[in-house]
Amino acid sequence: MGDDDDGQSKNVVFVTVGTTCFDALVRAVETPEIKQELLNRGYTDLLIQMGRGSYTPTKCGGEDGGLAVDYFTFSSSIAQHLKSASLVISHAGSGSIFETLRLGKPLIVVVNEDLMDNHQSELAEELAERKHLLYARPQSLHQTISTMNLESLIPYHPGDATPVAKLINKYLGFPDD
Amino acid sequence: MMMVFTFAITLTVVVFTVIVTRIIYVMRKSSKPLSKIGSQSVSTLIVLGSGGHTAEMLNLVAVLQKDKFTPRIYIAASTDNMSLQKASALEASLVDERDDGMISKDAQFMQIYRSREVGQSYLTSIWTTLIAIIHALWLMIKIRPQVILCNGPGTCVPLCLTTFFFKVVGIRWSSIFYVESIARVRRLSLSGLLLYKLRIADQFFVQWPQLQREYPRTHYVGCLM
Repeated sequence: MGDDDDGQSKNVVFVTVGTTCFDALVRAVETPEIKQELLNRGYTDLLIQMGRGSYTPTKCGGEDGGLAVDYFTFSSSIAQHLKSASLVISHAGSGSIFETLRLGKPLIVVVNEDLMDNHQSELAEELAERKHLLYARPQSLHQTISTMNLESLIPYHPGDATPVAKLINKYLGFPDD
Repeated sequence: MMMVFTFAITLTVVVFTVIVTRIIYVMRKSSKPLSKIGSQSVSTLIVLGSGGHTAEMLNLVAVLQKDKFTPRIYIAASTDNMSLQKASALEASLVDERDDGMISKDAQFMQIYRSREVGQSYLTSIWTTLIAIIHALWLMIKIRPQVILCNGPGTCVPLCLTTFFFKVVGIRWSSIFYVESIARVRRLSLSGLLLYKLRIADQFFVQWPQLQREYPRTHYVGCLM
Protein backbone atom coordinates (compact mmCIF):
# COMPACT_ATOMS: atom_id res chain seq x y z
CA MET A 1 0.00 0.00 0.00
CA GLY A 2 1.14 3.54 -0.78
CA ASP A 3 4.55 3.04 -2.34
CA ASP A 4 6.63 6.18 -2.36
CA ASP A 5 8.26 7.53 -5.50
CA ASP A 6 11.72 6.57 -4.31
CA GLY A 7 10.59 3.00 -3.81
CA GLN A 8 10.44 3.13 -0.02
CA SER A 9 7.29 1.56 1.30
CA LYS A 10 5.17 4.01 3.27
CA ASN A 11 2.34 3.11 5.55
CA VAL A 12 0.49 6.31 6.29
CA VAL A 13 -1.97 7.03 9.08
CA PHE A 14 -4.04 10.02 8.01
CA VAL A 15 -5.77 12.04 10.74
CA THR A 16 -8.49 14.47 9.62
CA VAL A 17 -10.65 16.91 11.59
CA GLY A 18 -12.38 18.50 8.55
CA THR A 19 -13.23 22.16 9.05
CA THR A 20 -13.58 21.75 12.81
CA CYS A 21 -11.30 22.52 15.72
CA PHE A 22 -10.44 19.28 17.46
CA ASP A 23 -7.24 19.77 19.46
CA ALA A 24 -8.04 16.85 21.74
CA LEU A 25 -7.67 14.46 18.80
CA VAL A 26 -4.46 16.08 17.51
CA ARG A 27 -2.94 15.89 21.00
CA ALA A 28 -4.07 12.29 21.42
CA VAL A 29 -2.46 10.98 18.21
CA GLU A 30 0.76 12.73 19.12
CA THR A 31 1.22 11.02 22.47
CA PRO A 32 4.27 8.69 22.66
CA GLU A 33 2.09 5.67 23.52
CA ILE A 34 -0.05 6.01 20.41
CA LYS A 35 2.91 6.78 18.15
CA GLN A 36 4.69 3.70 19.51
CA GLU A 37 1.62 1.54 19.03
CA LEU A 38 1.25 2.70 15.41
CA LEU A 39 4.92 1.96 14.81
CA ASN A 40 4.53 -1.52 16.31
CA ARG A 41 1.70 -2.15 13.90
CA GLY A 42 3.88 -1.31 10.92
CA TYR A 43 2.80 2.24 10.15
CA THR A 44 5.61 4.58 9.09
CA ASP A 45 3.98 8.01 8.74
CA LEU A 46 1.49 10.09 10.66
CA LEU A 47 -0.10 12.88 8.62
CA ILE A 48 -2.41 15.26 10.49
CA GLN A 49 -4.95 17.60 8.94
CA MET A 50 -5.54 19.88 11.93
CA GLY A 51 -8.23 22.24 10.58
CA ARG A 52 -9.01 25.21 12.80
CA GLY A 53 -7.24 23.78 15.81
CA SER A 54 -4.81 25.93 17.77
CA TYR A 55 -2.56 23.13 18.97
CA THR A 56 0.30 22.54 16.51
CA PRO A 57 1.93 19.12 16.50
CA THR A 58 5.71 18.69 16.25
CA LYS A 59 7.02 17.72 12.84
CA CYS A 60 9.43 14.85 12.81
CA GLY A 61 11.32 13.19 9.96
CA GLY A 62 11.36 9.71 11.42
CA GLU A 63 15.06 9.25 10.67
CA ASP A 64 15.64 7.76 14.11
CA GLY A 65 13.39 4.85 13.24
CA GLY A 66 10.42 6.52 14.86
CA LEU A 67 7.14 7.50 13.25
CA ALA A 68 7.44 10.39 10.74
CA VAL A 69 5.01 13.14 11.70
CA ASP A 70 3.74 15.87 9.40
CA TYR A 71 0.73 18.20 9.51
CA PHE A 72 -1.21 20.84 7.57
CA THR A 73 -4.31 22.92 8.29
CA PHE A 74 -6.44 22.59 5.15
CA SER A 75 -6.02 21.13 1.70
CA SER A 76 -8.12 20.88 -1.41
CA SER A 77 -6.79 17.37 -1.99
CA ILE A 78 -8.11 15.57 1.10
CA ALA A 79 -9.37 12.86 -1.25
CA GLN A 80 -5.80 12.22 -2.39
CA HIS A 81 -4.56 11.91 1.20
CA LEU A 82 -7.39 9.51 2.01
CA LYS A 83 -6.55 7.40 -1.03
CA SER A 84 -2.89 7.04 -0.10
CA ALA A 85 -3.57 6.29 3.56
CA SER A 86 -3.46 2.82 5.11
CA LEU A 87 -5.50 3.87 8.14
CA VAL A 88 -7.72 6.91 8.62
CA ILE A 89 -8.51 8.48 11.98
CA SER A 90 -11.31 11.00 11.52
CA HIS A 91 -13.65 13.33 13.34
CA ALA A 92 -17.31 12.26 13.29
CA GLY A 93 -18.56 14.43 10.40
CA SER A 94 -20.67 12.44 7.94
CA GLY A 95 -18.76 13.82 4.93
CA SER A 96 -15.39 12.48 6.13
CA ILE A 97 -16.90 9.19 7.31
CA PHE A 98 -18.58 8.29 4.02
CA GLU A 99 -15.72 9.53 1.85
CA THR A 100 -13.37 7.20 3.75
CA LEU A 101 -15.75 4.22 3.79
CA ARG A 102 -16.37 4.59 0.07
CA LEU A 103 -12.63 4.27 -0.52
CA GLY A 104 -12.65 1.10 1.54
CA LYS A 105 -10.07 2.41 4.02
CA PRO A 106 -9.99 1.19 7.62
CA LEU A 107 -11.43 3.99 9.74
CA ILE A 108 -11.40 4.98 13.39
CA VAL A 109 -13.89 7.74 14.16
CA VAL A 110 -13.11 9.86 17.20
CA VAL A 111 -16.03 11.80 18.64
CA ASN A 112 -15.44 15.37 19.77
CA GLU A 113 -17.01 15.55 23.22
CA ASP A 114 -16.55 19.31 23.37
CA LEU A 115 -19.26 19.91 20.78
CA MET A 116 -22.45 21.23 22.33
CA ASP A 117 -24.94 19.42 20.14
CA ASN A 118 -23.28 16.07 19.90
CA HIS A 119 -25.65 14.30 17.58
CA GLN A 120 -22.67 13.25 15.47
CA SER A 121 -21.86 10.36 17.79
CA GLU A 122 -25.16 8.71 16.74
CA LEU A 123 -23.90 8.01 13.23
CA ALA A 124 -20.46 6.81 14.32
CA GLU A 125 -21.97 4.53 16.98
CA GLU A 126 -24.44 3.05 14.52
CA LEU A 127 -21.78 2.38 11.88
CA ALA A 128 -19.48 0.93 14.55
CA GLU A 129 -22.27 -1.41 15.66
CA ARG A 130 -22.54 -2.58 12.07
CA LYS A 131 -18.75 -3.07 12.10
CA HIS A 132 -18.03 -0.63 9.27
CA LEU A 133 -15.67 1.38 11.43
CA LEU A 134 -14.15 1.66 14.89
CA TYR A 135 -15.42 4.22 17.33
CA ALA A 136 -13.36 5.99 20.00
CA ARG A 137 -13.11 9.00 22.23
CA PRO A 138 -9.83 10.93 22.47
CA GLN A 139 -9.09 9.27 25.85
CA SER A 140 -9.85 5.78 24.57
CA LEU A 141 -8.03 6.07 21.23
CA HIS A 142 -4.89 4.36 22.52
CA GLN A 143 -6.98 1.47 23.82
CA THR A 144 -8.80 1.21 20.47
CA ILE A 145 -5.59 1.19 18.44
CA SER A 146 -3.84 -1.35 20.63
CA THR A 147 -6.75 -3.80 20.51
CA MET A 148 -8.00 -3.18 16.97
CA ASN A 149 -8.42 -5.95 14.44
CA LEU A 150 -8.90 -4.31 11.06
CA GLU A 151 -9.65 -7.66 9.46
CA SER A 152 -12.94 -7.77 11.34
CA LEU A 153 -14.28 -4.61 9.68
CA ILE A 154 -17.07 -5.12 7.14
CA PRO A 155 -16.85 -3.14 3.86
CA TYR A 156 -19.54 -0.49 3.49
CA HIS A 157 -21.73 -0.65 0.41
CA PRO A 158 -22.81 2.88 -0.52
CA GLY A 159 -26.54 3.43 -0.65
CA ASP A 160 -28.38 5.46 -3.25
CA ALA A 161 -31.33 7.79 -3.48
CA THR A 162 -33.47 5.79 -5.92
CA PRO A 163 -36.06 4.76 -3.28
CA VAL A 164 -36.62 8.43 -2.40
CA ALA A 165 -36.95 9.41 -6.05
CA LYS A 166 -39.48 6.59 -6.58
CA LEU A 167 -41.63 7.73 -3.64
CA ILE A 168 -41.50 11.36 -4.78
CA ASN A 169 -42.53 10.35 -8.30
CA LYS A 170 -45.37 8.25 -6.95
CA TYR A 171 -46.59 11.12 -4.79
CA LEU A 172 -46.50 13.58 -7.67
CA GLY A 173 -48.07 11.12 -10.09
CA PHE A 174 -44.99 10.86 -12.32
CA PRO A 175 -44.40 7.47 -13.96
CA ASP A 176 -41.08 5.79 -13.12
CA ASP A 177 -38.97 5.04 -16.12
CA MET B 1 -73.03 48.62 22.52
CA MET B 2 -73.82 45.06 23.52
CA MET B 3 -74.64 44.21 19.92
CA VAL B 4 -71.37 45.55 18.60
CA PHE B 5 -69.55 43.51 21.21
CA THR B 6 -71.46 40.34 20.30
CA PHE B 7 -70.82 41.00 16.63
CA ALA B 8 -67.09 41.45 17.24
CA ILE B 9 -66.91 38.20 19.17
CA THR B 10 -68.90 36.32 16.53
CA LEU B 11 -66.71 37.72 13.76
CA THR B 12 -63.55 36.72 15.62
CA VAL B 13 -64.87 33.20 16.17
CA VAL B 14 -65.89 32.88 12.51
CA VAL B 15 -62.56 34.17 11.19
CA PHE B 16 -60.66 31.95 13.61
CA THR B 17 -62.72 28.90 12.61
CA VAL B 18 -62.19 29.60 8.91
CA ILE B 19 -58.42 29.90 9.38
CA VAL B 20 -58.17 26.77 11.51
CA THR B 21 -60.35 24.81 9.08
CA ARG B 22 -58.17 25.96 6.20
CA ILE B 23 -54.97 24.97 8.04
CA ILE B 24 -56.40 21.53 8.87
CA TYR B 25 -57.58 21.14 5.26
CA VAL B 26 -54.11 22.04 3.95
CA MET B 27 -52.44 19.62 6.39
CA ARG B 28 -54.76 16.75 5.43
CA LYS B 29 -54.47 17.41 1.72
CA SER B 30 -50.69 17.66 2.04
CA SER B 31 -50.38 14.15 3.40
CA LYS B 32 -52.14 12.64 0.35
CA PRO B 33 -50.54 12.01 -3.05
CA LEU B 34 -51.29 14.50 -5.80
CA SER B 35 -53.19 13.24 -8.79
CA LYS B 36 -53.31 16.14 -11.18
CA ILE B 37 -49.67 16.94 -12.01
CA GLY B 38 -49.33 13.80 -14.11
CA SER B 39 -46.94 14.25 -16.97
CA GLN B 40 -46.15 17.96 -16.63
CA SER B 41 -42.93 19.23 -15.12
CA VAL B 42 -42.56 20.90 -11.75
CA SER B 43 -40.39 23.84 -10.73
CA THR B 44 -38.18 22.50 -7.96
CA LEU B 45 -36.46 24.34 -5.14
CA ILE B 46 -33.46 22.46 -3.77
CA VAL B 47 -32.25 23.66 -0.38
CA LEU B 48 -28.57 22.96 0.21
CA GLY B 49 -26.72 23.02 3.50
CA SER B 50 -23.11 22.72 4.47
CA GLY B 51 -20.90 19.67 3.94
CA GLY B 52 -22.73 16.40 4.48
CA HIS B 53 -26.19 17.90 3.84
CA THR B 54 -25.24 19.07 0.36
CA ALA B 55 -23.61 15.77 -0.60
CA GLU B 56 -26.77 13.86 0.35
CA MET B 57 -29.07 16.27 -1.44
CA LEU B 58 -27.04 16.17 -4.64
CA ASN B 59 -27.13 12.35 -4.53
CA LEU B 60 -30.90 12.67 -4.61
CA VAL B 61 -30.94 15.27 -7.40
CA ALA B 62 -28.64 13.02 -9.44
CA VAL B 63 -31.31 10.30 -9.65
CA LEU B 64 -34.34 12.53 -10.28
CA GLN B 65 -35.80 12.68 -13.79
CA LYS B 66 -34.41 16.02 -14.91
CA ASP B 67 -37.09 16.63 -17.54
CA LYS B 68 -39.79 16.33 -14.88
CA PHE B 69 -38.11 18.34 -12.16
CA THR B 70 -37.40 21.51 -14.05
CA PRO B 71 -36.47 24.31 -13.67
CA ARG B 72 -34.28 23.52 -10.67
CA ILE B 73 -33.50 26.36 -8.29
CA TYR B 74 -30.66 25.71 -5.87
CA ILE B 75 -30.47 27.76 -2.71
CA ALA B 76 -27.73 27.92 -0.07
CA ALA B 77 -26.81 30.12 2.88
CA SER B 78 -24.92 33.27 1.89
CA THR B 79 -22.02 32.22 4.14
CA ASP B 80 -21.67 28.91 2.31
CA ASN B 81 -19.80 29.18 -0.97
CA MET B 82 -19.02 25.50 -1.49
CA SER B 83 -22.56 24.13 -1.87
CA LEU B 84 -23.59 26.13 -4.93
CA GLN B 85 -20.26 25.29 -6.58
CA LYS B 86 -20.93 21.59 -6.07
CA ALA B 87 -24.48 21.99 -7.40
CA SER B 88 -23.29 23.80 -10.51
CA ALA B 89 -20.68 21.07 -11.03
CA LEU B 90 -23.51 18.52 -10.96
CA GLU B 91 -25.56 20.58 -13.42
CA ALA B 92 -22.52 20.95 -15.68
CA SER B 93 -22.06 17.16 -15.71
CA LEU B 94 -25.69 16.80 -16.81
CA VAL B 95 -24.97 19.14 -19.70
CA ASP B 96 -21.96 17.03 -20.66
CA GLU B 97 -24.22 14.00 -20.85
CA ARG B 98 -26.65 15.79 -23.13
CA ASP B 99 -23.70 17.22 -25.01
CA ASP B 100 -25.07 20.54 -26.13
CA GLY B 101 -22.24 22.46 -24.55
CA MET B 102 -23.93 25.03 -22.29
CA ILE B 103 -24.92 24.98 -18.64
CA SER B 104 -28.60 24.30 -18.54
CA LYS B 105 -30.88 27.29 -18.27
CA ASP B 106 -33.08 24.93 -16.29
CA ALA B 107 -30.81 25.53 -13.31
CA GLN B 108 -30.67 28.66 -11.17
CA PHE B 109 -28.57 29.40 -8.13
CA MET B 110 -29.52 31.65 -5.22
CA GLN B 111 -28.30 32.57 -1.78
CA ILE B 112 -30.31 33.11 1.36
CA TYR B 113 -29.49 35.10 4.47
CA ARG B 114 -28.60 32.66 7.22
CA SER B 115 -30.78 32.74 10.32
CA ARG B 116 -28.19 31.62 12.81
CA GLU B 117 -24.46 31.04 12.74
CA VAL B 118 -23.01 28.22 14.82
CA GLY B 119 -22.44 29.55 18.33
CA GLN B 120 -24.41 32.78 17.86
CA SER B 121 -26.19 34.01 20.99
CA TYR B 122 -29.93 33.43 21.28
CA LEU B 123 -30.72 37.11 21.78
CA THR B 124 -29.17 38.29 18.52
CA SER B 125 -30.60 35.15 16.90
CA ILE B 126 -34.12 36.55 17.27
CA TRP B 127 -33.21 39.57 15.18
CA THR B 128 -31.26 37.65 12.51
CA THR B 129 -34.01 35.00 12.29
CA LEU B 130 -36.52 37.75 11.62
CA ILE B 131 -34.39 39.09 8.77
CA ALA B 132 -33.98 35.55 7.45
CA ILE B 133 -37.76 35.04 7.42
CA ILE B 134 -38.34 38.29 5.52
CA HIS B 135 -35.63 37.31 3.04
CA ALA B 136 -37.17 33.83 2.67
CA LEU B 137 -40.58 35.41 2.05
CA TRP B 138 -39.12 37.67 -0.64
CA LEU B 139 -37.31 34.79 -2.37
CA MET B 140 -40.37 32.56 -2.26
CA ILE B 141 -42.56 35.27 -3.79
CA LYS B 142 -40.09 35.36 -6.66
CA ILE B 143 -39.60 31.59 -7.02
CA ARG B 144 -43.00 30.10 -6.08
CA PRO B 145 -41.75 26.51 -6.58
CA GLN B 146 -44.12 23.55 -6.94
CA VAL B 147 -41.74 21.17 -5.23
CA ILE B 148 -39.31 21.77 -2.38
CA LEU B 149 -36.56 19.33 -1.51
CA CYS B 150 -34.69 19.80 1.74
CA ASN B 151 -32.71 17.76 4.22
CA GLY B 152 -32.22 19.68 7.38
CA PRO B 153 -30.03 22.77 7.30
CA GLY B 154 -31.54 25.57 9.40
CA THR B 155 -32.12 27.66 6.27
CA CYS B 156 -34.88 25.28 5.15
CA VAL B 157 -37.17 26.18 8.08
CA PRO B 158 -38.11 29.74 7.03
CA LEU B 159 -38.46 28.56 3.41
CA CYS B 160 -40.82 25.75 4.40
CA LEU B 161 -42.83 27.98 6.75
CA THR B 162 -43.30 30.47 3.92
CA THR B 163 -44.37 27.66 1.58
CA PHE B 164 -46.93 26.45 4.10
CA PHE B 165 -48.22 30.00 4.53
CA PHE B 166 -48.65 30.28 0.73
CA LYS B 167 -50.63 27.03 0.76
CA VAL B 168 -52.93 28.22 3.52
CA VAL B 169 -53.52 31.59 1.89
CA GLY B 170 -53.92 30.01 -1.53
CA ILE B 171 -51.04 31.77 -3.33
CA ARG B 172 -49.36 28.57 -4.46
CA TRP B 173 -49.88 24.87 -3.80
CA SER B 174 -46.57 23.07 -3.44
CA SER B 175 -45.21 19.83 -2.07
CA ILE B 176 -42.46 19.72 0.52
CA PHE B 177 -40.23 16.65 0.60
CA TYR B 178 -37.96 16.39 3.59
CA VAL B 179 -35.14 13.85 3.84
CA GLU B 180 -33.64 13.67 7.31
CA SER B 181 -29.85 13.67 7.23
CA ILE B 182 -28.02 10.34 7.45
CA ALA B 183 -26.32 11.66 10.59
CA ARG B 184 -29.64 11.40 12.45
CA VAL B 185 -29.98 7.82 13.60
CA ARG B 186 -32.06 7.97 16.77
CA ARG B 187 -33.54 11.45 16.97
CA LEU B 188 -34.71 13.98 14.39
CA SER B 189 -32.83 17.24 13.93
CA LEU B 190 -34.49 20.41 15.24
CA SER B 191 -35.51 21.41 11.70
CA GLY B 192 -36.85 17.93 11.04
CA LEU B 193 -38.76 17.74 14.29
CA LEU B 194 -40.39 21.11 13.63
CA LEU B 195 -41.50 20.21 10.10
CA TYR B 196 -42.69 16.78 11.24
CA LYS B 197 -44.64 17.92 14.29
CA LEU B 198 -46.24 20.87 12.49
CA ARG B 199 -47.05 18.55 9.55
CA ILE B 200 -45.45 21.00 7.17
CA ALA B 201 -43.51 18.35 5.25
CA ASP B 202 -45.79 16.50 2.81
CA GLN B 203 -43.51 13.50 2.75
CA PHE B 204 -40.87 12.86 5.37
CA PHE B 205 -38.05 10.41 4.65
CA VAL B 206 -35.59 8.92 7.14
CA GLN B 207 -32.47 6.88 6.46
CA TRP B 208 -32.48 4.59 9.51
CA PRO B 209 -35.18 2.06 10.49
CA GLN B 210 -35.09 2.90 14.20
CA LEU B 211 -35.92 6.52 13.38
CA GLN B 212 -38.94 5.42 11.36
CA ARG B 213 -40.20 3.38 14.31
CA GLU B 214 -39.84 6.44 16.52
CA TYR B 215 -41.72 8.71 14.09
CA PRO B 216 -44.43 6.60 12.41
CA ARG B 217 -45.49 9.12 9.77
CA THR B 218 -42.03 8.98 8.16
CA HIS B 219 -40.92 6.74 5.29
CA TYR B 220 -37.77 4.63 5.64
CA VAL B 221 -35.67 4.83 2.46
CA GLY B 222 -32.28 3.41 3.43
CA CYS B 223 -28.96 5.26 3.24
CA LEU B 224 -28.42 7.90 0.58
CA MET B 225 -24.67 7.87 1.01
